[in-house]
Amino acid sequence: MVRNSLSRICYNGEEGREMLAPGKHILLGNHACAEGALHVGCDFFAGYPITPASEISHYMAKWLSKLGGFYIQMEDEIASISAILGASWAGAKAMTATSGPGFSLMQENLSYAYMTETPCVIVNVQRSGPSTGQATLPAQQDVYQARYGAHGDYEAIVLTPWSVQEMFDLTVKAFNLSEKLRNPVILLADGAIGHMREGIIVPEKVKRIGRRCPESVECTPFDTDDPSLVPEMPVIGQGYHLLVTGSAHRSSGLRDYTPQQHRDTVERICTKIRRARNEIIEVDQNNIEDADIAVISYGVAARPSFGAMLKALDNGLKVGMLRLKTIWPFPDREIRKATEGIDNILVVEMNMGKIVREVERAVARRINVVLAPKVGGEVHTSDEIFQAIRRLKQ
Amino acid sequence: MSIKTTSYYRDRYVRHLPTSFCTGCGNGMILNSFVRAVDELGVDLEKILSVSGIGCSAWIPSPHFNSDTLHVTHGRAIPFATGAKIFNNELTTVVFTGDGDGAGIGGNHLIHAARRNIDITTILVNNFSYAMTGGQVAPTTLLGLKTLTSPYGNLERPFDLCKLMQAAGATYVARWTTYHIRELRRSIMAALKNKGFSFVEVLSQCPIQQRRLFNLRPSDQLDMSSQILEMFKESTYIRHMPREENYFYIVPKGELSLSRRKVSNILSENSVEYKIGEVDRLFFGRILKVECRNIESFKKSLNLVKRFAKIGKVLRSRSGKIGLGVFVSKSSKEFTDSMREISAFEKGVEV
Repeated sequence: MVRNSLSRICYNGEEGREMLAPGKHILLGNHACAEGALHVGCDFFAGYPITPASEISHYMAKWLSKLGGFYIQMEDEIASISAILGASWAGAKAMTATSGPGFSLMQENLSYAYMTETPCVIVNVQRSGPSTGQATLPAQQDVYQARYGAHGDYEAIVLTPWSVQEMFDLTVKAFNLSEKLRNPVILLADGAIGHMREGIIVPEKVKRIGRRCPESVECTPFDTDDPSLVPEMPVIGQGYHLLVTGSAHRSSGLRDYTPQQHRDTVERICTKIRRARNEIIEVDQNNIEDADIAVISYGVAARPSFGAMLKALDNGLKVGMLRLKTIWPFPDREIRKATEGIDNILVVEMNMGKIVREVERAVARRINVVLAPKVGGEVHTSDEIFQAIRRLKQ
Repeated sequence: MSIKTTSYYRDRYVRHLPTSFCTGCGNGMILNSFVRAVDELGVDLEKILSVSGIGCSAWIPSPHFNSDTLHVTHGRAIPFATGAKIFNNELTTVVFTGDGDGAGIGGNHLIHAARRNIDITTILVNNFSYAMTGGQVAPTTLLGLKTLTSPYGNLERPFDLCKLMQAAGATYVARWTTYHIRELRRSIMAALKNKGFSFVEVLSQCPIQQRRLFNLRPSDQLDMSSQILEMFKESTYIRHMPREENYFYIVPKGELSLSRRKVSNILSENSVEYKIGEVDRLFFGRILKVECRNIESFKKSLNLVKRFAKIGKVLRSRSGKIGLGVFVSKSSKEFTDSMREISAFEKGVEV
C-alpha cells in the first residue's frame, strides 16, 4: 500500500476521486497497474486470488469503493471474467487480473468477449509453468496462449510492460484501446515486473477514451458503416432491448447461423483490429540504425537485454535493440523495416522459444535468427545475453 | 387483475415468434408464466435484464423475451448477471437456466450466488437430462434411468436443488412443475419481489427426450407432452396441502396387466368399491392406481392388497413423490445494497 495517503488527492477535476497525485512515487509493479486502472477510470474489478497477481486485487479492493467503483472476489476465474463482461455491458470499465492457471480458465469467456465485442482488460502476471509450475517466479510462457488460447478466429491485443512505469502506462493504454475498439485487451506482465518496486512518474493528465454509445435505440450493436468497423455499444437498462449472444448473429444481435452472416461478422471483428494496428503497435528502437546485430526482446527479458546491448557497445560491437511493447498484433512490418541491413537477430525471451518463430516469419529467413531462451523462473543475466551476442559474431 | 388477451402479452413482451421450441415443449409455458408475472407486478421492461447460458432453457429469454438479454456461455449466466447487477443494481436481473447449465457446469456459481444473497431471480428448468444435445445423463437424472450416456442405468443420485439452495442461503426457494402453471406464476412473482437470491425450479416436459428417458408408452388418448404432465401431477405432492387418503399405488411384479387382473379379482371377491387405473410415475414407470370413494373401503382394500403383496409393492399416496411448493421465503440483507453502503461510507456520504 502507499504509505503516505496525503499524496492521494482529488484528481482530474472530479469531486471525490482520490488517486495517486501526479509526480514521482515508488510503487510495486502490480500496484502501478492498479493505479493506472484507477486513473483511466476503471470502475469494476472482479478477481480471484493467485500468485503473483494478487496485489492488484488487494489494491483494487481497498481503493475502488472509495472511488465509487465496485470490487468483488468471485468464486473462480471463470466467474471473474464472466462478471467483468456482465458489468461491461452494464456500462462499466471493467478489469480482472490473474496468472497462468487462472488465465487458462478464462479462455472460454475471452472467446465470448471477442465474439460479442465486449471491452475489458485482462492482466496476466505470468508465472513459470506448465501447470502450477513455480508459482512465485516469473516467465513469458503464455505468449501464445494470450494470442491463440481461446477458441475460434479473432485478433488479440497483447501489451507487454518492461517496467513499473509501463505497468501504469500500458494499463491506461489497454483500457483506451479496449473501449475504443470494443475488443478485450490483455496486459501480459510477469512475476518479476509485478513484484518489483521502482520509481514511476504519474502524469498530470491521463488520456481517457470512452466507448461510443448509440444515440438512438434503433441501432445495430454488431455492425457499422463506420470505416473503423467498430460499432457503437449500447448499455443495458436504457431501453435498447438488447440481444447479446455468443452464437453467430446479425447486426441486431439476433441468432443467425447462415454462412454469409457469420463470415461477415468474423471478418469484421478481425479486420477492425488489423486496421487499427498502427495505433496499437509500439516498438521501442534503440541504436538500431547502424547495428549489425539486433536484439529483440519484450517484458522483463528486455531489461537484461538492454544491459547486454550497452555492454556490447562498450566492447565495440555494433548492436541495436528492438523492444516490443505490443506483441500481438505482431509488429512484423516494423521489425522487417528496422532490421534492413542487419546480419543477425538475437531473440531473448523467458520460454523455450515463442516470439522467435514470429520474428523468423517476419524476416522470412533473410536474416539469421538465434534464440536465447531461459526457463526455470530466473531472469536472464545481462552477461548471458552478452555472451550470446559474442557467439553470433564468431 | 383485469382480463388481458394473448395478443396483449405477445405484442408487449415477446419477440421473434414462432419460437424455435419443439412441439409440446414446456419452455413456452414457462415464458408465458414469466410474462404474466412481470405484467402483474408492473416491472419496468426497460429495467429487466435476462441472462441465460446454453441449453433449451436459455432460449426462453433470448431472443423471445423483449427485454435486454445476455445469452452467454454454458453455465455462466449467474456470474454475468452478478457483474451487471453489482454495477447497476436498479436492474431486475433474471437468470433462465436448465438443470445441466445451472446445476451441472454452473453448479458452483449457483451456490455462491445464493450464499451472497445477491438480488437475482433464477428460474431453473429441470427436464432431468441434457435435452438439447440429445438426451445425456444430468445431475438431476433419477437413479437408474437409462440415457445415451448411462446405457446401463444412472449410477449417480440426483441433486435435490431446492434443499441445496436452502442450505446455500437463498432467501426464496420454490419448486413447481409445468402442470402447476398458476402456482408457478405466483412463485415467479414472489421471487421477483424478493430482494435477494430467489430460486424457482420448474420440472418441465421434454416430449422428445423424456419418452425414452422415462420409458413412456404412447397412448391413444393423450399426446406425449400431456402424458408427461399427467405423470408430473401423479408424481408430485404440494407440501402444505393435507394428505389425501383415498387412493394408493401398486408397483406390479412382472406383467402389469397380470397384476391388474389379480388385484381386481381380490377386490371384487371381497366386494370392495374401487376404481383401478394405470398411471405413469417418476421413479416407478407405469404402475396401478387404486382409488376408493370412502375411507372404510379404502382401508379394507389397502389391507387386502397388502395381504396378497406378492402381486407387487404397495405405495401410500405420498410415498416416493417429489414435494412441490415454497421451501424458503425470508428476508435477509441483500449483497449489492451492502456494497453500496461501504462505498457511501468510504466516500463520507450519509446514507
